[in-house]
Parts: sequence; structure tokens; C-alpha cells
Amino acid sequence: MVDFALQPNSVPETRAKRKRASLRTALKRKSTAAFLMTLPLILLISIMVIYPAFYSLHLATLNKSMQRFVGFGNFEFLFKRETFWLVVKQSCIFAITAVVFKALIGFIVAHFVHNIPVKGQRKWRGMLLVPWVIPPAMSTLAWLWLFDPSYSAFNYTLSFFGIGPIPWTGDASWARFSVILVNIWYGAPFFMIMYLASLKSVPEQLYEAAAIDGANWWQRIWYVTLPMMRNIIAITTLFSLIVTFANFDIVRILTSGGPLDHTHIFATWAFRVGIEGGDIPLGASVSLFMFPILAIAAVFILRDINKRGNEA
Amino acid sequence: MADVTLRKVIKRYDDVEAVRGIDLDIADHEFVVLVGPSGCGKSTTLRMIAGLEDITDGDIMIGGDVVNDVPPKDRDIAMVFQNYALYPHMTVAENMSFGLRLKHYPKAEIKSRVTEAARMLDITDLIDRKPKQLSGGQRQRVAMGRAIVRNPKVFLFDEPLSNLDAKLRVQMRIEIKKVHQKVRTTTVYVTHDQVEAMTLADRVVVMNHGRIEQIGTPNELYHHPATRFVAGFIGSPAMNFIPCRLEEAGGSLNIRLTDRIAFPLPPARAARYQTVPRNEKLLLGLRPEHITEAKQHKEPGVENFDTVLDVTEPMGMETLIYFMLEEVEVCGRVNPNAGARDGGPLRLAVDLNNMHLLNEGTGVVL
Repeated sequence: MVDFALQPNSVPETRAKRKRASLRTALKRKSTAAFLMTLPLILLISIMVIYPAFYSLHLATLNKSMQRFVGFGNFEFLFKRETFWLVVKQSCIFAITAVVFKALIGFIVAHFVHNIPVKGQRKWRGMLLVPWVIPPAMSTLAWLWLFDPSYSAFNYTLSFFGIGPIPWTGDASWARFSVILVNIWYGAPFFMIMYLASLKSVPEQLYEAAAIDGANWWQRIWYVTLPMMRNIIAITTLFSLIVTFANFDIVRILTSGGPLDHTHIFATWAFRVGIEGGDIPLGASVSLFMFPILAIAAVFILRDINKRGNEA
Repeated sequence: MADVTLRKVIKRYDDVEAVRGIDLDIADHEFVVLVGPSGCGKSTTLRMIAGLEDITDGDIMIGGDVVNDVPPKDRDIAMVFQNYALYPHMTVAENMSFGLRLKHYPKAEIKSRVTEAARMLDITDLIDRKPKQLSGGQRQRVAMGRAIVRNPKVFLFDEPLSNLDAKLRVQMRIEIKKVHQKVRTTTVYVTHDQVEAMTLADRVVVMNHGRIEQIGTPNELYHHPATRFVAGFIGSPAMNFIPCRLEEAGGSLNIRLTDRIAFPLPPARAARYQTVPRNEKLLLGLRPEHITEAKQHKEPGVENFDTVLDVTEPMGMETLIYFMLEEVEVCGRVNPNAGARDGGPLRLAVDLNNMHLLNEGTGVVL
């Protein structure tokens, strides 16, 4: 302290020097460099995602003509409408059923492909990915024709067995079935390819050890495959749940939410209310409902991954 | 506990024959090591005993029963893999008890067996850890524990020490030997390391190109190899092979190495090689320890000669020397005080009482 008191001039000088030095070391630090490199992406996400997200929050609090702040008015209005609760129910049924079957079918098909000799595997993998790489708007159009009540291939084929005609998109239950079916058809290849990659990363010797330990085919899947694939299963399920929940094109093209709103899910109903019905704030309110539901699912699934991350 | 028998076992992959007709009898309680260079079919043979590979032809018997078409889980065997193959999501205790749990053993029995095995392998403190939290040596112990708790008829080891560092390997080698002394389970052990084979085995099976070259105790293989391959594979540094031929010299039999160097054979050897054609191309097989510095008192069967050394390798308790004999590099082991130095001359002694004579064409030891 005494030294400083004797040389008052030197204090700001050293401070400036230290500042420059710390800036240099900060730039040298890996984390800083990494942050600077990711900055463009962070900015892009801010502009493309965060801004619209907050804007829709803002929109949801306005009245129909977007002139007046109504607070939770839109939400209060939604809670009183039967259609809204129908949409909530349908969205949950749609997303959960579709994801469960996509995962199941993906898992089974992945096993089949995994057991195909390496030579033919590329071919099969490619073919099985086709539903996923065709733009869903186009493939759904093909399904729409297949589902046509009077002239479709399905009903024509079924007529030979004395079945039908089935109102694929005309009856509420059948329409829900059809919409889910197309979504499974479109989404299962994604699960298949993810599970296949994960299956290939399970060391062959674990299966051999299990076989010697006395595990049968089913026990090997239950005690070796599934635990080894847990993280991939959790992540793909979450990802697919989000995408399926937010699905728009398949329902829009196949049924437009009909008959009588019985296949509407959040995104299609938000579009119907907001764009077609001209009430953008109400549409924004509907779409915002996806967020809390998905956030809860994400928290649960990702918490599990953190917990298990330490094991493998 | 059971004996294991292989009868004319053949394994063919598409057009490659990996195992070409193996006959092997392994007695109850015996520790047999299959050894050979990579690709010799030793691992394939082990995996066929385990049931992890189908056999193309022949019979495999465990405890007198033909098990050709019996799946691995019903063969009552346990296997230890090179990369341990522990289930990463299970604790040590769960890993070890997995087989017993699948067979619905009572909980108390499982616990006592796991505790006993853990005590034997000194891994009691690790019982609640996951494999990821263990070192290589500890993982290998757990893998062995998993085999022990099953109390199987046969233990199969597939290069279990190859992933460990040299020091740990020696330690685990002793550990495996101790375990076998305690549990006395019939063991088939595969390795490419001839030191492991020599130190662990009751009997060693040397394999090459899918065939058995020789079966014998470690000492038999070392002192009485049947073929050039076995002679060269067992022992480190490897046996020297020096081109030579036999010649008559005044009623006795000489072995001529070079124009300059020829030694009279000891009487016992001379009698043994009497029938060998004199113009046959032969190889003299001499282990490095039988090429030493010349002693003051010449013993019978030990012949001296002078040479100039190329390189010396002081090992502390001995010095390895390398010199050329015509076109062949020869290795010997001399006393560190014998005055061997790089490029220096040295008078050496070869102990022909321990020589081997091989047919160069067939590789058979005569």
C-alpha cells in the first residue's frame, strides 16, 4: 500500500496495461473463441426464432383487430370453447399414438435391416428411407388419392374381400386413423435410421457374452439392446414428439381438420382460426399452447438422459 | 467340470478354411492354452467350443455329449473376452450375477456366490461401481468374476490380457493361475503371446494355418519341438536356424556350418543322425542360451569358435549378442562380464548337446 501511495501516477498506467493484457488472454481462451465462432448462429437463431416467439406472445395478448391489449382474454375465450378442448385431446392422441408406433416400427425394421447381410443393406436402407425424403406435402397427396372413398386403390382392393367401402377421411374415427397412419408411414424411417445407427454401435461381444450367460433372443434385446439404446430412444422420441405435435401438412392436406374439426391438431386449428378465420391473435394463442406441453415432455426426457449419461 | 473333445473339427468361411481338421482332447481340470500367430484359427476354435461359431464339419464334445448344435447358453460354459464385454449399464455385482439371475437362482445363493467370487478376485470394494469407473485390470477381474460365479463346466478365455499394459499383464497372469488352482475348472485359453502360454498352461497347443503343429507341456515344446514353426515360435529370443549339412570326417560325423566352421557331433547325436542323407539341406536349430562365451574347461559336446560381433544388447543379468554366420544373423546369450562389445571379437561356445537338426524343405525336426 505504501508503494502505491508513493507513486500515484503509476496506478492508472498499470491498470490500462492489465486491461489490455486481460483482453488478449480472454481472446486466447478457448471458450471465448468458441463463443465468437458461434455468434453468427446465435444471432441468426435470435432473429429467426426468438423474435417471432416473443412476437407471437405479444400477438396473443391483442384483440381480433390487433388494436387493443386484452391480456389473457384470448386464452379465457379458448378455455370456454369445446373445439379447443377437442383439439387438445386430438393433438395428444395424434402425437402419442403416432410416436409410439413410429418408434416401435422403426425399432423392428432396424433390427431386420441390421440382420441383412452387409452387401444388400445399403439398398434396403435407401429404399426404406424413401417415405422420409419425399416432401410430405407431395406424398400426402398420393395418400389422399389412395383414401378416396369411391375410386381409391384401397377401397377397390378391399371390395374383393367384401369389405367397405371405408370412409377413410369421411368418418371421424377413420379420419383420425388415416391421419395417424400417414404420419407413421412418413416418420418411421427416421426412427429406423437412428435405431440402426445405434444398433450398429452396440459391441457384438456384449451379445455374445449375453448368449453365453444364458440370455435368449428376447432377453438379449431387453437386457442389452434396449439399455444400450436408451439415450438414442429418448432423444428421438422427444424430437419426434415435438415434430409430430407441431405437424401441419399431413392433416391439412388429408382432411383439413375435418370432418367437423375431428382431426384438427394445434397447428392446423391455429391456421384455421388465425389465417382463414382472420383472428391472428387467437391463432397465436392456440399455437402457444404447444409450448408448455412440449416443454414438460422435454424436461422429463432430457433429465433422464443427463442422469444416464454418466453410465455408458 | 468336464472334459472337452474336438474331433476333426473344420471351419470354412465361404472359400477360406480357417480351421482345417483339429483333434484335441482336453482332460477334466486341465488348463490348455491355444497359441499361434494371428489368423492361425485359435480364436475360431475357441468360439466354436463356445458355440458362437457353427462348425462346418466334425464333432465337439463337452463332458462326453456332442454339442455341435447346442446353443451357447445350454453348453454350460463361461467366456472371458479380450475387451471384457461387460454390460456398461450394470454394476459390477449385476454384471457378475446376470447369468444366475437369468436362470432364476435364489437371491441368497446369487449374493453368496458373487461375494465369494469378489473376495477371491479382490474386487469386493468395487461391487457397486459401473464398468466405466473401473481400470482395465479391474474390468478384467470382473469379467473373470462373471465367469466364476456361474460355476460352469468349462472356462474359455479369448486373449484376456491383450488389452492390458505389460506390468498388469504379468500380474493378471498370476491371478488367473491362482484362480485356476482354486476352482480347478477345465480351461481353454487363447493367446498369441508364447510367454503367457508357457507360464499358464498344463499343456500348450501350438496352431498355425488352421492346423495343430504340436501339443505338449511347456517344457516338451521348448526342449523337443516337432517342427520349425514350433521351434521358432516358442522361446524368446527365438531359436537360431543356421543352414548346414552333415559330412563324414575320419569315422565320425561332422556338422558343417560354413566353409570355415564345422563341428564334430557328440556321440549320442551322431548316432541319431546317422541315417540322414549327407547331401540333404539341413538347418541347425540352436537356442540363444546354447551359444555362450567360451569357457576355460571344455565340456564334451561343447565346441568353440571365433567370431566378430555386430551388436550387443546388455540386459543386466545377461548380454544378448548378434553376429553373422554367412548370410544368417545369429543370437547368443553371454555373461555380462564376458567382454562382449559392439563390433568386437569374441570366442564363443556352442552346446551341441542341445542342438536340433531340421530338414530345411519340410521343416520337420529330425
